[in-house]
Amino acid sequence: MRFRDALFSDGIAERVVPARGYTAWLTVLSAAAMAYLAVLALALALAAGGLAERWRAELAGTATIRISAPADQREAQTEAVLAALAQTPGIATTRVIEDAEQLALLEPWFGSDLPLETLRLPALIEVTQDGDGPDPVGLRQRLAAEAPGAVYDDHARWRVPLIEAAGRLKTLAYSALGLIAAVTGVTVALAASAALAANGQIIDVLRLVGAKDTWITKAFVRRFTARTLAGAAAGTIAALVSVLLFPSGAETGILDALGFRGFEWLWPILVPPTAALLAFAATHAAAARRLREVS
Amino acid sequence: MIELENVAMEYSGRWLFSGVSLSLAPGSFHFLTGPSGAGKTTLIRLCSLEIRPSGGRVRLLDQPTAALDRNAVADMRRRIGVVHQDSRFIDHLTLAENVLLPATVSDANLSEARRHLDELMGWVGLSQLAESRPPELSGGERQRAALARAVILSPDIVLADEPTGNVDWEMSLRILRLLIELNKLGKTVLFATHDMTLIRQAKSQVQARVLRIRDGGIALAGAEL
Repeated sequence: MRFRDALFSDGIAERVVPARGYTAWLTVLSAAAMAYLAVLALALALAAGGLAERWRAELAGTATIRISAPADQREAQTEAVLAALAQTPGIATTRVIEDAEQLALLEPWFGSDLPLETLRLPALIEVTQDGDGPDPVGLRQRLAAEAPGAVYDDHARWRVPLIEAAGRLKTLAYSALGLIAAVTGVTVALAASAALAANGQIIDVLRLVGAKDTWITKAFVRRFTARTLAGAAAGTIAALVSVLLFPSGAETGILDALGFRGFEWLWPILVPPTAALLAFAATHAAAARRLREVS
Repeated sequence: MIELENVAMEYSGRWLFSGVSLSLAPGSFHFLTGPSGAGKTTLIRLCSLEIRPSGGRVRLLDQPTAALDRNAVADMRRRIGVVHQDSRFIDHLTLAENVLLPATVSDANLSEARRHLDELMGWVGLSQLAESRPPELSGGERQRAALARAVILSPDIVLADEPTGNVDWEMSLRILRLLIELNKLGKTVLFATHDMTLIRQAKSQVQARVLRIRDGGIALAGAEL
């Protein structure tokens, strides 16, 4: 029996399997719930993947130089660092972060009432790297010689764990997706087995009037595949609505955007046919098992 | 048409019958009688390939049945119409759909079977009930519907297992008449019943032979009628 045959109606053949009963609802609801979770897991996996990639790209291309020097030497050391950077290969741009900008960055942490101007803030230089960036060891040695208060930070210390965390989140989401697929298959197989057991008399009658196993299997597989497809489609639509209603990254600051972009929209569209394919295989196996018990 | 050679049947260590041999010629009409539990239903089930014998050989339609696989059994069943005492139906389908079921599940021409359906429903007197569901029918109506289903594919053999067991006398005679009509059309009929009055009633209408199962064996019982 082909998968395509399972999706199209065949008159009485389709109606031989009762349309009602708990197994019908069990299949539709479990398919809807699993598809909903699958689409959310998919959105999470894609968002985590995008986040890891963005962090990798953004942090790998920038570095910061912090100059903690006495107030009377701060400007001189800053000038020395800028001069050194201008002669260093792998540096695209440099920008001194002004005190006002630093204060604005600190305000969320200390509040607006704190007299920030009394704090001894280090001078900060934001560096944009070019290509593979500068040789960090050589640059650190030069800075130590020309501006002892300068510390070169290429973000590697916290960039790597962050990217690893994002990668693990992505793996977790894809694992959840695999688990959801497996549970969907098992649930549909259980529902199909229950339906086959509950409709044992129908199977007996069909065999008695000369139905071959392939015909009986087809009748049950068609019902369960169609039910799973309908349930999964409903679950997918509900999940897509939920994803669209999820606050954007700009508002939450947590994930860039839990959603789909461009060709990524193809993935959730594939969830219902994949669920139907799982149902097709699971019901086929359950029907074959049940029919072995009938003469 | 139906040949049993030294057939034996065992259930849970008890021999229901053994050494049963019989041969039913094409177009013959046989009653199968005997006390309850003697094995009438078992013999009918053997002839419809619902069960396999514990010993001996069964040949149907000139074919040995021992080596038939599941598909071949299904093919064979399409050439054998069976009416069970409990007339099994699919309750959520209409009567017409149930009667058409053998044609639906087989490779038969379904549109031709549908054309034949009206005639068949009229023959068994159920034209008005074609759209009813089986649970809405009386015992006699169910048996006649089962008979219509059994012959929708125009089988060579019709097996009837106590089809008059749960119906009144008038209905029993009606079912008997239908089976006799089928026999006159050339079908081989094996009619299991314990109703000797019905068998005697049939004597004047059809040339039937009576097989009696008793004490683990089977014998012709024509002389006792």
